[in-house]
Amino acid sequence: MSEESIPPTRSAHALRQRTDEGPPPIPPAISPEQTLGAAQWGMLAFLLSEVAFFSTLIVAYLSFLGKDKIGPTPSEALSLSLVIVTTACLLASSVTVHLATHALASGRQRQFCLWWLATIVLGVAFLAGTGYEWRELIERHHLTISRNLFGTTYYTLVGFHGLHVTLGVIAMLVVLALAARRAVSGQNALAAQLTGWYWHFVDGVWIVVFTVVYVAGR
Amino acid sequence: MAVAEQNLPLETENPPWTERLREWVTTVDHKQIGILYVVMSVVFLVIGGCEALLMRWQLLSPRNDFLPPDFFNQLFTMHGTTMVFFVGMPILIGIGNYLVPLMIGARDMAFPRLNALGFWATLFGGCLTYFSFATGGAPAVGWFAYAPLTERTFARGPATDFWALGLIVSGVGTISAAVNFVATILGMRAPGMTLRKMPFFVWTMLWTSVQMLLAVPPLTAALVMLLFDRQFEAHFFDTANGGSAILWQHLFWFFGHPEVYILILPVFGMVSEVIPVFSRKVLFGYEFMAAATMAIAFISMGVWAHHMFCIGMSRTLDLYFAAASLLVSIPTGIKFFNWLATMYGGRLRFDSPMLFAFGFLSMFLIGGLTGIMLAAAPFDFQLSDSYFVVGHFHWVLIGGTLFGTFAGVHYWYPKATGRRLSERLARWQFWLLYIGFILTFGPMHVSGMLGMPRRIFTYEPDRGWDLWNQLATLGAFVQAPSFAIFAYNLWSSLRRGELAGDDPWDAWTLEWTTTSPPPAYNFAELPTVRSRRPLWDAKHPDDPDWKYE
Amino acid sequence: GMDFFALLANGGPTGESPSIFDSASPAADSIGNLSILVLAVAGLIFLVVEGILFYCVFRFRRRGQDAAEPPQVYGSKSIEIAWTAAPALIVFFLMLVITRTLWEVEVDPPSPQAGDQTLFVTVVGRQWWWEYRYEYYDGRKLGLVTANELHIPASAEDAARRTYLRLESADVCHSFWVPRLAGKTDLIPGQTNQMWLEARGPGVYVGQCAEYCGTQHAGMLLRVIAEEPADFERWLEHEAQPAADLPSARSARDAFLAQSCVNCHRVRGTPAQGGYAPELTHLMARKTLASGLLENNRENLDRWVGDPQSIKPGCLMPDFKLSDADRQRIVEYLLTLE
Ligand code: HEA
Ligand code: HEA
Ligand code: HEC
Ligand code: CUA
Ligand SMILES: [Cu+2]
Repeated sequence: MSEESIPPTRSAHALRQRTDEGPPPIPPAISPEQTLGAAQWGMLAFLLSEVAFFSTLIVAYLSFLGKDKIGPTPSEALSLSLVIVTTACLLASSVTVHLATHALASGRQRQFCLWWLATIVLGVAFLAGTGYEWRELIERHHLTISRNLFGTTYYTLVGFHGLHVTLGVIAMLVVLALAARRAVSGQNALAAQLTGWYWHFVDGVWIVVFTVVYVAGR
Repeated sequence: MAVAEQNLPLETENPPWTERLREWVTTVDHKQIGILYVVMSVVFLVIGGCEALLMRWQLLSPRNDFLPPDFFNQLFTMHGTTMVFFVGMPILIGIGNYLVPLMIGARDMAFPRLNALGFWATLFGGCLTYFSFATGGAPAVGWFAYAPLTERTFARGPATDFWALGLIVSGVGTISAAVNFVATILGMRAPGMTLRKMPFFVWTMLWTSVQMLLAVPPLTAALVMLLFDRQFEAHFFDTANGGSAILWQHLFWFFGHPEVYILILPVFGMVSEVIPVFSRKVLFGYEFMAAATMAIAFISMGVWAHHMFCIGMSRTLDLYFAAASLLVSIPTGIKFFNWLATMYGGRLRFDSPMLFAFGFLSMFLIGGLTGIMLAAAPFDFQLSDSYFVVGHFHWVLIGGTLFGTFAGVHYWYPKATGRRLSERLARWQFWLLYIGFILTFGPMHVSGMLGMPRRIFTYEPDRGWDLWNQLATLGAFVQAPSFAIFAYNLWSSLRRGELAGDDPWDAWTLEWTTTSPPPAYNFAELPTVRSRRPLWDAKHPDDPDWKYE
Repeated sequence: GMDFFALLANGGPTGESPSIFDSASPAADSIGNLSILVLAVAGLIFLVVEGILFYCVFRFRRRGQDAAEPPQVYGSKSIEIAWTAAPALIVFFLMLVITRTLWEVEVDPPSPQAGDQTLFVTVVGRQWWWEYRYEYYDGRKLGLVTANELHIPASAEDAARRTYLRLESADVCHSFWVPRLAGKTDLIPGQTNQMWLEARGPGVYVGQCAEYCGTQHAGMLLRVIAEEPADFERWLEHEAQPAADLPSARSARDAFLAQSCVNCHRVRGTPAQGGYAPELTHLMARKTLASGLLENNRENLDRWVGDPQSIKPGCLMPDFKLSDADRQRIVEYLLTLE
């Protein structure tokens, strides 16, 4: 603030008129605030909106659960064995992404790339599993989105989760490509870190979806 | 004049219009994006207002056949949608965009390109929604689009799809803006500006953003479900095949109620900046005001079903939602009383911003109190979906949101353009709106209590509603010139307005320390902050605020 | 000066309004009392707060060029607590009254019993008319169907005769609102709602659909006709009969039966058994047509059958472009459906 931008004081400031005629008071020193950076806050805010989005889909799923007059029902159509494997992939990928960002933060580039790649592979495995599962549902159980309420809510919920996994995989591929060009380092680890947060979130959502759809709802 | 002409970048250089257009279209500067939002909103305000005028003309007399029923139904759907999604939200987001970085001493928003994306998504969403007119008619489902009227069985044709798609796209814009606000406010404040030292408007933008993050995605999800129903024959709201009409209502109002606070919280923030400056007093009870903002944001997430008292809920639920709705009046009251206390003992100057703030105070109170009547569940069994509700929500949306927003626009226009709005036109605008608004929406409370439902394209002559409708129509035509004057004032003052200088109102927050309009980088030197009124400290070095906070 | 409530109650200068303050039933009374109380509380708050506002505006307006800044007051905890507590008390008080009223107006329906003088009707909302299925009266099973005009028995000083409505919808959401008799309740597809009516005296009570339900939402008017119990019994008996079959109207009847009318409408005692449109068996016992839009007389019937779309644009009865002769004979027949 430059001196001349300040207009002359027009205040008598009656309530707290200074009685002592000493020099103006000395302002206290400013201590820097320690919080997250803007990008991190931004990611958290975005994830908050995602929580609201998935909560809505889950509420819709639960509110129609068991209301169908025509089959197939979840217990008839859903097989646990496959989904346990895909779930394991996704859970493992949360570990690998953690190891990756950890490696990056401590400057171990090669390890970062390996763990990052592993995460991508696990994510793709999950998607492939889901693809197979959907094919079975459609061809063997004739479950489509227009078949019944279960189909309607199931494909919407699991589909939007799958879409998020897909977007996560794409984001991670971009980071990997950058890493391959040695453009990702400990100094600019932020993007990798935020992608990791997003990935953890997508995993967390899956745990809820898994519990709701395959455990409680079956 | 010649001296001051120098610091007017808007006019000094005069590049060809193609160049200027390119600059505006590709801009990622928060101030330009803010202005784009505001301009877009004013354009949609005029469109939505003209739709309202057509409706009022149709309702002038009973059994009037000026408009066919379906067209009337399209008009209120588009009017409501426009006013909420393409006027109310974008104008507040735009003003927030312009001010938040300036007020917290930052050079831009946290994510400038995301910011631009947010604006263009909002505009594109608006265009998509209006494009439905070109496909043989706008949607005729009402702005809250109750299922199953929105299913393909009842709403054939693509209009409803465009409507849903338009709102999804503009919702993406809203979420981008909210993410940006949170990141900017929490991550980019000037050194020394702790949360407790933020200008009050920034507090309200923070909580508005949180509400947008929590409330808009459920709407997006519901709209996606609706589109799945319409396009892929899913059954979410398809009551003929087990879908649920009530689910839509819950999802919509889970969004819709917080939405109305999204439309008022930033306005609370704006008048909380205007009232102190024009009363020459510090905002009374800052901490309580901040706490009340937070309380409103939280409580309002749990009151949505007061829009659904008549769907046959249990008495217990009725009771809960009535109680929760009434609770909101407590923090709102806190705000109200703190504004009054700020004025009390001040030296009030009634320049146009304060005039509009006065309009806000005197009118929002009434809208809030009619809200209390609606929240009294059994009373709502009579009032719901009657013109009383239409009276209530215009009273809060115009008496609250619009008056407060006009206060803000009149207050910050000099900062954004370097020139003042014409005070004479502002007074015409104010009084025409004040009188016309009372005349339009006052009688609606009466016709509602006389049994007139909303959303009817015509009514029977023997019901005693004629007079009240005539008054309302008259009022609408009294207000209309007010909006025209406002638009004209915005435009003509760009050239002819009195030069403003950096700090025309002798104000206290950071945006007044830089030039008007501010340079692209906002501040030559990032400011350091020690109190809520850094400019007060600078103007009163002998007795700064930080000694008392 | 004009009394505001009097104005509200008798509907203003131009007609007879279905005003919520002109209540004719216990439920509307309860709500009316609550309304006046809430209005009074709100009015009081309004006067006080607006009073302070105007006081500030006039008292603290800056006069002349008084350049000094006024004393800066940052806040006061005790004042804040006071003006948090006062509204909290008001809210608490309002909740008590709301609770009481809620329990007065929302009651669970009893089951029909002989001698209960209670009527049970299922109301089906349809785009854009009302179907009434009479289930029980005075413990008797009825099972007759009619449309658009709801007849109920009126109460007397010494005998309360209630009507319990089951509300359903055949298409989209509607809402049943007769302001002088009760608050509104929605008719929602896939769900059954309940409400009850009681009219203190005989009379016609008007209202209309209060949930937007498409093109002709405005044309979905409601008429409740409360009658002395004897008249009501007579009406019930008449409605239970099959349609009149006058030998003189045979050829007119055949003209009607030859048209597609029979696919949508039902006339009991004839092959016309459609279930999609208003029951016509005792059409001429109704005062109005097209759910309250038109007076029911020869001229209007002729206009309606000739072109319903010009009277109720968008309604679900198409314009059949009947020849003049067909139309006249059909109307002739309809006029016999006493
Ligand atoms: C800016 C937008 C806005 C705001 C701020 C409000 C504020 C409130 N609204 Fe309103 N409302 C709408 C916009 C808004 N509303 C819209 C758009 C609709 C209709 C949507 C549609 O159907 O199309 C609607 C509809 C609506 C309904 C549904 C009616 C129906 O359809 O049946 C209800 C019911 O409870 C309601 C209640 C309230 C309440 C209790 C408040 C409270 O927040 C008000 C609180 C404020 C005060 C009370 C005044 C100040 C307080 C004091 C001075 C303290 C002392 C007071 C007391 C102790 C009472 N509103
Ligand atoms: C911020 C929100 C907002 C605003 C500002 C308004 C403004 C107005 N509204 Fe609004 N209204 C809603 C939000 C709003 N409305 C909503 C949410 C609904 C519910 C919709 C639904 O039921 O689905 C509704 C419904 C609604 C109805 C009920 C329809 C029905 O139920 O059948 C009516 C009826 O009179 C009405 C009237 C008006 C009028 C007369 C104005 C006036 O204030 C408008 C004044 C503005 C103008 C008249 C424009 C003037 C411009 C010019 C004259 C051109 C000059 C131009 C230049 C020089 C560039 N509105
Ligand atoms: C496609 C179905 C359909 C056919 C065919 C049809 N109607 Fe209708 N009719 C309706 C509907 C729907 C209504 C209710 C309209 C409204 O009020 O919105 C109605 C209403 C009426 C009414 C007024 C009833 C009342 O109480 O308000 C009369 C009378 C009537 N129709 C006569 C006829 C005659 C005569 C024919 C044959 C020439 C006919 N209708 C053929 C659907 C049909
Ligand atoms: Cu039926 Cu509106
Ligand atoms: Cu609400």
